[in-house]
Amino acid sequence: MSLTKAKQPAKKKSGSNGSSFDNLEIFLLHLPTTIWYLIFCYAPMFGVVIAFKNYKPRPGKSFLWALLNNSKWVGFDNFKFLFKSSYFPIMLKTTILYNIVFIILGILIPVTLAILFNEIYSKKLAKTCQTMMFLPHFLSWVVVSYFVYAFLATDNGLINRAFHFVEASTGQNHNWYQDTNFWMYFLVFLNVWKGMGYSMVVYMASISGIDGELYEAALIDGASKTQQVKYITLPLLRPTISIMFIMAVGNIFRSDFGLFYQATRNSGALTSVTQTIDVYVYKALLEQSNVNLSSAAAFLQSTVGCITIVAANLIVKKIDPEAGLF
Amino acid sequence: MAKKAKNSVLKYTRVKPLTNVLISCLFIFLALICLMPALLVLIVSFSSEASIRMKGYSFIPNELSLAAYAYLARQTGYIGRAFLNSIGVTVVGTVIGLVTTSTMGFALSRPNYRLRTFFTWFIFIPMLFSGGLVASYMINAHILRLKDTYWALILPICCSSFYCIIMRTFFQTTVPDAIIESAKIDGARMIRIFVQIVLPISLPAIATIGLFLTFAYWNDWMMAKYYISGNKHDLFPLQYVLISLEENISFLTRNAQNMTAGTASNVPSETVRMAMVVVSVVPIALSYPFFQKYFVSGLTIGAVKG
Repeated sequence: MSLTKAKQPAKKKSGSNGSSFDNLEIFLLHLPTTIWYLIFCYAPMFGVVIAFKNYKPRPGKSFLWALLNNSKWVGFDNFKFLFKSSYFPIMLKTTILYNIVFIILGILIPVTLAILFNEIYSKKLAKTCQTMMFLPHFLSWVVVSYFVYAFLATDNGLINRAFHFVEASTGQNHNWYQDTNFWMYFLVFLNVWKGMGYSMVVYMASISGIDGELYEAALIDGASKTQQVKYITLPLLRPTISIMFIMAVGNIFRSDFGLFYQATRNSGALTSVTQTIDVYVYKALLEQSNVNLSSAAAFLQSTVGCITIVAANLIVKKIDPEAGLF
Repeated sequence: MAKKAKNSVLKYTRVKPLTNVLISCLFIFLALICLMPALLVLIVSFSSEASIRMKGYSFIPNELSLAAYAYLARQTGYIGRAFLNSIGVTVVGTVIGLVTTSTMGFALSRPNYRLRTFFTWFIFIPMLFSGGLVASYMINAHILRLKDTYWALILPICCSSFYCIIMRTFFQTTVPDAIIESAKIDGARMIRIFVQIVLPISLPAIATIGLFLTFAYWNDWMMAKYYISGNKHDLFPLQYVLISLEENISFLTRNAQNMTAGTASNVPSETVRMAMVVVSVVPIALSYPFFQKYFVSGLTIGAVKG
């Protein structure tokens, strides 16, 4: 410390601790990123006004011009229209119900697998299985949709060819891409399939951070395996689980677009079980050019989502002050 | 010595051998479920078209053939272009992403940076609230005029608050303040400190984030779906080629009666489609096992609140 102090009078440039010059340099260093955030994250936030206007494009005029001059302010009319449309109950139901199931399974399954994983005798077998289970996470939903197609294609798919699922009425092969009951459960399966390797690894990393001496002490006290899990592993996993839980609940109004749109090959017959808010926003904007409803839905999603994540964080902090996200 | 004793003590907490067999079987079963679809697609791509027609998709085709890949190799214009597009977008995107993420992570890790709390919130808020697809689309497509350009595939997803926080945590925990202080005493500028001192010792973090970004860009198809028109074939990345292929096929099969014989033959056969899927997956499938430890470490740091 005295070395720094002794050198200070000798420096001709501005001082070295927290000086404004240093601050300026750091600011310049992250300026490109700041600009990126302003353009791609904050500028779109102003777009929430689109939800409150009746956007009417005028040919030959730019988007901004049309938004500011040609679009009437309609207050909550877009939202009223959205609530009354037949799509709205479907989108709410699918988004929220699927997310509840995903959140529950997304914590139960990976945590269970992570705990079981440590008990396998052969570490080599364990490592190999883990690597293989990680594969689905790295595939895009486009690729997964082709995988699914290989199994479920009406004429050539493995399932229909191997097990001869035939419609009783027409005698033709069962068209899986129009079977809403099947897809309701299959979408859950696909979501778990794609995410379990990844989530499992997050919890495994947390478990490996637990001090082995705790288990030794428990063993000396005569604790059985189940007791060790119940009294050591799970409580020490609580911070990780609560962070994952908060993030998942905060995103309860968001859904995996790839899963619901791409894996299902955008089959019209399945709309009642695949039309989540994200799918609706996309279709309304890019397929039906309905800017008003699309932006009303997107605004709802962002705002309510923000409220849920703040609320979830507050609740978790009440239980365990250390475990909050912010 | 102590470790050996520790291991032998913990040996008494092993589950019963029967439980071990059950658990091992469970994991083998799960691993197979994860691998099987990829295997099926791989086998189909090596089947002959006749086998598909007779037997459908199957793990045991009637006959094997390389016809699908031969066909692909001839389509250098279409597929090759898409492959190059994907590689180009991935490389450029990863580099830009690393620059933006690491500079912001470094800036936020400096304890005496006056605007530190402000900018931490600045990058955190977009994780909570976003402007929505409509606003982003209008800005990117109409105001910035990125529609039908490569930049539409690169810029919107090059930076992520999550990665910035991972970087920040890494810099805070791994880069000793003493190094930076001594460099400052020697009169180095912050930028120089960052480039010549901090970056070289942060290669694990850079590798991790770089890998996350590479896989994200290689797999991305949403940017192409939003911003590239259906007829601008030379801009398609590989994943989008797979999508547009599927859409074309659905369209063609729905209008089969109205087609002439010529257009019908343009539809790539089943095996060729699966071969394309294999081609787009193989780089990832072969490389990710080697980089697993980077992903795990990145996830660990990210999950532990910094």
